[in-house]
Amino acid sequence: MAELITYREAVAKALAQEMSRDETVYLIGEDVAAAGGVFKTTPGLLEQFGPKRVRDTPISEEAIVGAAMGAAMNGLRPVAEIMFSDFLATCWDLVANQIAKTRYMTDGQVALPLVIRTANGAGVRFGAQHSQSLENWAMSVPGLKVVAPSNPRDVIELMAASIRDPDPVIFFEHKGLFADRGEIPEGELVGDLGKAAVVRSGTDVTLLALAAMVPRSLEAAEKLSAHGVEAGVVDLRCLVPLDTQTILAEASATGRVYTVEENPRLCGWGAEIVSIIVEEAFYDLDAPIVRITTEHIPLPSSDPLEDAALPSADRIIETVLRSLD
Amino acid sequence: MSEAVSTKTGSGARLGIYRMMLEARRFEDRAHQLFMEGLVRGTSHLATGQEAVAAGYAAAMQPDDLTFCTYRGHHHTLLRGTPAGKLMAELLGRADGVCGGKGGSMHLTWVPAGAMGSYAIVGAHLPIAVGAAWAAQERGSGQVAVCFFGDGTTNIGAFHEALNLAVVWNLPIVFVCENNLYMEYTPIGSVTAVERPAADRAAAYGLEDIQVDGNDPDVMYEVALTTLAKARDGGGPSLVEAVTYRHAGHSKADPATYRPPEEVEQWLKRDPIPMYRRRLSESGTTEEELLQVEQKVESSIEAAVEEAKASPDPSVASTWTEVWADGGFRWRN
Ligand SMILES: Cc1ncc(C[n+]2csc(CCOP(=O)(O)OP(=O)(O)O)c2C)c(N)n1
Ligand SMILES: [Mg+2]
Repeated sequence: MAELITYREAVAKALAQEMSRDETVYLIGEDVAAAGGVFKTTPGLLEQFGPKRVRDTPISEEAIVGAAMGAAMNGLRPVAEIMFSDFLATCWDLVANQIAKTRYMTDGQVALPLVIRTANGAGVRFGAQHSQSLENWAMSVPGLKVVAPSNPRDVIELMAASIRDPDPVIFFEHKGLFADRGEIPEGELVGDLGKAAVVRSGTDVTLLALAAMVPRSLEAAEKLSAHGVEAGVVDLRCLVPLDTQTILAEASATGRVYTVEENPRLCGWGAEIVSIIVEEAFYDLDAPIVRITTEHIPLPSSDPLEDAALPSADRIIETVLRSLD
Repeated sequence: MSEAVSTKTGSGARLGIYRMMLEARRFEDRAHQLFMEGLVRGTSHLATGQEAVAAGYAAAMQPDDLTFCTYRGHHHTLLRGTPAGKLMAELLGRADGVCGGKGGSMHLTWVPAGAMGSYAIVGAHLPIAVGAAWAAQERGSGQVAVCFFGDGTTNIGAFHEALNLAVVWNLPIVFVCENNLYMEYTPIGSVTAVERPAADRAAAYGLEDIQVDGNDPDVMYEVALTTLAKARDGGGPSLVEAVTYRHAGHSKADPATYRPPEEVEQWLKRDPIPMYRRRLSESGTTEEELLQVEQKVESSIEAAVEEAKASPDPSVASTWTEVWADGGFRWRN
């Protein structure tokens, strides 16, 4: 029987599924054990797996991420939580210089099967230092896989795939989606990294979206339908590996592509995808590709300001309709 | 230096430690020459003068214990048992190098010997070593992680984060600060709030204050045995400050003119290798035994140099391997 659960419940469910299956999977982070996580994404895991496998850490991001790396070098498959993705800046050396490069630098001697989970994104009015969408930071570093699910089922399937993956994965959980519900089927769920999903098919335009921009793009697509525009929506799900086959197929099918990105504009993931489409499907395009992003600004806190900053369904609709004029 | 401690080291162990120090010294001397000949590219950071720290620990460690060190790590990596030819080949950027030429002098790793990497971002490897010790504890493997770093490293955040977590989780780890009195060019005393950069910080983490003579191999061996045993027996981490001196500059680019000549002279007199040779001699090791060890080391390092020079360049195709566990570099379908 299918079950309706929230995105945040899916996180705990995915971790429980993998920790039951593999006793080398451990979870560490600030407030993840006794408190069940500041976003309540890990409740019950301490009770189920005990204080060794679900462990609270000090506020020491470098130690958390470094410990995950060292443990992965020596036989564990750790999952480390960095409470807010913004805090990755405090341990970026470990992420970008150490974890990402070690297999390469050692010519394959060292494997690092680990996951860094982190709460990412805006929508909860936390301001500039607790709301960023930082997938592109990770995407720009060779050696990191980058996952950002948009719904509860993907959370479970992609978390399971990330934990089982032999390479380091940065797993971005979207704060704005934690309360969203979705159906999940019974039984063990495992997905594939590097597979995008066409979550709405549409013959006129293609919206490429990630994480919280997926439901927003779907909302826009429904409304565009009333304007006589059928918009397809692609949920990228992973930035690395990137499912360019699906992206190129959808881009070629409609010839009109929009990226919907929560990140500030410069060097957002959309820029990379645009360049791929332009290089490889240019003659299938009927119009310039348009990027819909947050402007190149830090995020404000106040409701109306944050709403104005982020791509909204209305902005997506307006942008699409204007470009079709 | 404490003679009481020194005499505890058995004569077999002592000759082994002497051999190790010579190996490290000879390796560094040859690396330096090869650099001057233009065969070692990039940079390199020699540990000439600091051999006693590496030899004392390497002699005391078990084969599956894990070493984490820095860019100044030829000596540690070699003395854990990494084949010298493969190590030298890595410095030369050759195909048979431990990392196939992808690492270079600052990034030497040889997992089969427990040499878990030399790390070139100051402080980074302390938390990583903590993680390896954590895994050892959880798996009940009996391994101890030993993490070597410089005096300058005691002022970076990762040092403090790592020590705190290691103590809180009571991990089987030994932190060894090789205090060679300088960071790159700046004397450590001029930028550090306490006099003894590591030992004076121990109390903050509830650890014993341990400062030892890092140029005395017997002292290093003894402190290695004690701290390793403590870690292995569930007694948790130790922080050891070994006071030593690098004979050369920080790196190849550094003539080390910032050091007072009297200071250098004084430390050269305390060169651990001739000091130890005298001690062995005085305590009954024959000249013949010593010469035999010296000749063996000389010829083994020469053989390593020849092996490294004979190794071909890596295939250019290897530039694009081992980004991912599938062996490749592809990020898209
Ligand atoms: C985070 C960081 N800052 C600065 C450097 C540049 N750097 C390389 S070695 C070094 C000095 C380190 O001193 P110490 O820890 O005493 O080690 P030693 O070189 O003396 O062995 C510096 C500043 C670096 N590699 N990483
Ligand atoms: Mg130093």
